[in-house]
Amino acid sequence: MSYDCAVSVRVPDSLEELVTGLAADPGCELLAGGTDLMVEINFGRRRPASIMSLSRVTELKGWSEDAATGELVLGGALTYTEMLQPDLAGRLPALAQAARTVGSPQIRNAGTLGGNLATASPAGDTLPVLVALDAVVVVESADGRREVPVGDFVTGAKRTALRPHDVVHSVRVPTRRTRQEFLKVGTRNAMVIAVCSAAVVVDLDSCSVRVALGSVGPVPLRAHEAEELAGEVLDWDAGGVLAGDAHRDGALERFAGLVSAASRPIDDHRSTAAYRRHAVGVCARRALERVAA
Amino acid sequence: MTTVSAVSSTAVAPARVRSASLGTSRKRPDGGPKVKGEFAFSSDLWAEGALWGKVLRSPHPAARITGIDTSRARNLPGVKAVLVADDVPGNPFFGLEMKDQPVFASDVARYMGEAVAAVAADHPEVARKAAELIEVTYEPIDPLVDPERALDPVTPPMHPMGNTVRHISVRHGDAVASGDVVVEGTYEVGMQDQAFMGPESGLAIPDEDGGVDLFISTQWLHVDRDQVADCLALPPDKVRLHLAGVGGAFGAREDVSLQVHICLLALRTGRPVKMVFSREESFLGHVHRHPARMSYRHEADRDGRIVKIEAKILLDGGAYASSSTAVLANAACFAGGPYLVPNAVIDADVVRTNNPPCGAMRGFGAVQVCHAYEAQMDKLAAALGMDPVELRLRNALQPGDELLTGQALTGAAPVAEVIRRCAEAPLPPGGPADEPGSMTLPGGAGRTADPTRVRRGIGFAVGFKNLMYSEGFDDYSTARCRIEHGIVTVFSAAAEVGQGLVTLVEQIAEDVFGTDKIIVAPADTGVGSAGSTSASRQTWMSGGAVDAACRKARDSLLDLAARRHGTVAAVLEVREGRVVSFDGEIDETIEEATGGAAIEETVEFRHAPTFPLDERGQGDAHVSFAFAAHRAVVDVDLDLGLVKVVEVTTAQDVGRVLNPVQVVGQIEGGIAQGVGLAVMEEILVDQGLVRNASFTDYLIPTALDMPLVQIAALVEEPEPGAPFGAKGVGEPPTISSTAAVAAAVRAASGLALTRVPIRPEHIALAAPRQGEAGS
Repeated sequence: MSYDCAVSVRVPDSLEELVTGLAADPGCELLAGGTDLMVEINFGRRRPASIMSLSRVTELKGWSEDAATGELVLGGALTYTEMLQPDLAGRLPALAQAARTVGSPQIRNAGTLGGNLATASPAGDTLPVLVALDAVVVVESADGRREVPVGDFVTGAKRTALRPHDVVHSVRVPTRRTRQEFLKVGTRNAMVIAVCSAAVVVDLDSCSVRVALGSVGPVPLRAHEAEELAGEVLDWDAGGVLAGDAHRDGALERFAGLVSAASRPIDDHRSTAAYRRHAVGVCARRALERVAA
Repeated sequence: MTTVSAVSSTAVAPARVRSASLGTSRKRPDGGPKVKGEFAFSSDLWAEGALWGKVLRSPHPAARITGIDTSRARNLPGVKAVLVADDVPGNPFFGLEMKDQPVFASDVARYMGEAVAAVAADHPEVARKAAELIEVTYEPIDPLVDPERALDPVTPPMHPMGNTVRHISVRHGDAVASGDVVVEGTYEVGMQDQAFMGPESGLAIPDEDGGVDLFISTQWLHVDRDQVADCLALPPDKVRLHLAGVGGAFGAREDVSLQVHICLLALRTGRPVKMVFSREESFLGHVHRHPARMSYRHEADRDGRIVKIEAKILLDGGAYASSSTAVLANAACFAGGPYLVPNAVIDADVVRTNNPPCGAMRGFGAVQVCHAYEAQMDKLAAALGMDPVELRLRNALQPGDELLTGQALTGAAPVAEVIRRCAEAPLPPGGPADEPGSMTLPGGAGRTADPTRVRRGIGFAVGFKNLMYSEGFDDYSTARCRIEHGIVTVFSAAAEVGQGLVTLVEQIAEDVFGTDKIIVAPADTGVGSAGSTSASRQTWMSGGAVDAACRKARDSLLDLAARRHGTVAAVLEVREGRVVSFDGEIDETIEEATGGAAIEETVEFRHAPTFPLDERGQGDAHVSFAFAAHRAVVDVDLDLGLVKVVEVTTAQDVGRVLNPVQVVGQIEGGIAQGVGLAVMEEILVDQGLVRNASFTDYLIPTALDMPLVQIAALVEEPEPGAPFGAKGVGEPPTISSTAAVAAAVRAASGLALTRVPIRPEHIALAAPRQGEAGS
């Protein structure tokens, strides 16, 4: 027998070349920042026979504003560092906050939004933010383009709606008048995988609150009952702020309790289910207090 | 002119204040290259035609091995050797204190990660694949993972040498003495890892003489050499070790990891073999800090003077002995802390289990007990209604006091001074940030903190441990000084592992010869043993050896010059790299002074002898001690249980500062490791399986976790018998920094928190609080 450890690496120059190549070789792994893939390879968990690099596919890079819809279009290869730049961070502060919690500066320079989505780790830091922002994933393949809401895109722990020949083209984020916040608990003060996280978006256009939770279930979870309570408690006439009696009547405690109840955490080496359930409620409550004070 | 002579540290003159070199912050010769990424670590080595080695490890913590089929691996193209236990020509076992660990497991695997086979191939991927193709038939057995069960005499032994590696009873003073105030507690310390950055790696090159040259990162070349030679059935001089660039050690490189495997592969294939552990292998392939369970009872009189300490200490040594016996001795000897303890009843055990093997780590047995005795001191202070610092001052050891081992404390022991200086230092101004989500609050970049739910706490702790090896060990260090063609070359096998001895050797030699034209030769086994770079011993031991060798060579040089000039050496001296007479008549270069001859002096330097502990745990087992005090200021998020260590202040007994920047570096690094143990660092083991063998999940402090370090005082009270009066400074920073942080978190949270590392759930999900302290 023989052992061939060679890997074919292609570097397509355009989106068209990329999707054509993917159609011809659907088992091919896509390499953007490599912050997930290279770890898998180094641990021997994945040994792809072929890899395609996204480094020269300019269509996937950066972000723009869709003049027609007003939506923000975030490229699949948008890096965490780019999410932190003031122009974009000013528009999507919760996404910037999530990006800031990812790894070290070197990792943030390399890792991408599309990679976070495609890996679909339960601890993926941008996922709850995208869910709370009502974002839609634009998926591209040789068959054409389709749009999948983020909540439907992530189908399970490390499972997505991506087919083998698909690539994450971009993410469309509706532009509404919002206040947003993202909090993440880890067992050190930086460069840590989430033990739990919470994204809270107060949507002044729809007079509603969206709460999405990370790392407390196989996929990012919405806390619908907590959202409803928050929607009732906020004084929308006053600009979506907490009504003066919210603290007094225990609404915030109930909000935290409903968030905890919406979580489906597990025990693992990073934390316990009991702590995650508790902490995600605390985080969501604090996030709400910050954006609705 | 070559001589070998022995020098004992008792013959060394006490501290001398000299030269412009010692006492200055000379820059490290390897500092620039390391910062610029140009330094060659052991993982960067290469030799023409080198093969890649790979070790196959047991995935089971306990299993019988009923078969190993290597045929598929051997048949893989590119594979040059596949070795198992039968291929070991010499002693099939190795070990630092007991030869109890097999080079390859053959009949039974006793821990997850134990080596079973080794492969050499022409490409690292081929080696990895070949290791996968080795078919090992395991019959998993119930792992013995509870050290209490291992201690139970009815539990069957998991190793032919039994489950108990060592038991120490300390019986000091009056066992039935009693005090007015009694506090009790049970404490735990988790399994910390040394977490060095440079993974185990090396290059073995076979020699035509049947021997092998091994380039390796290690803490003690000669003890590696002796174990490799024994397993290879080679005379020691056929196994030549050379120190390669070491990427941190902290105790984890005291044991053999890949040394035997890589040499076996090189000798079998006749080609150089390189091996580099992955991070996961590194976590599985070196020893950790012993987890500890400790039950304490302190009795004191109404004035707060300790009357008696009773303690039971149980260390989990994991599958093999490593340095467990010495770690246990430290735990037992220092179980009372740096306090006068007139009566003590201490029983300490270290046992084998199917958990990962544990051995040396910075602080070595003293760290674990410090967590317990300092928590007890705080409890005692609370029970007495006394200030915790005052209680410690009242009990602080003083020169002449008896330790609980019966040994009289003879050296410098500024215990009260380090306590006082640390306690008197100013506290950080202000309190926690009041801006929600500030990254300086607990939770850091996660921005989780609500300032109204953050409490500040302050904790204080004092610790101590021995310097150098103890219990009668023949502890020595060799150094050689050669003067030839006017060039002074210093030879020492002492391992530079990042601590800075390489700088200090230059400073010492420069001090003797008055010139900076000194060459420090690479460390290898071509010179005698320098002993281990551990136990805070190299400044004293190899520093002393280098100083003695250089001075002896200088004296020989002056003798030689005096004879050539028909005078006596007493009128000559070496000044600024020249040999000069007092009257200026003779003024020549060192090269001229030697007249073409070479001078070589080799010195074996020993510290004052130590003695074994007797059956009552009494004896003059240690030669010297170092003390430090730490005060931690922490902010705690009460609801999330997250901790920000704001500041750690320290005062340390250092004897004499020889290189201020390096002392500060050791203190800051040691505090980082102490903080890590307090709030995050732990190898998580579940039924013998390691759950976090990566830097993704084995968390060490980042810049946002590292507190400001305030050095309130470096207490310079020269140590009698120590070269230059200097004490080792590497370990004391880790000993009580953990205890101080834990105390501060207790103060902030009002919780008992008897286990470190303290995890967020221990705070956030704790039973109803005893009352919230803090601001």
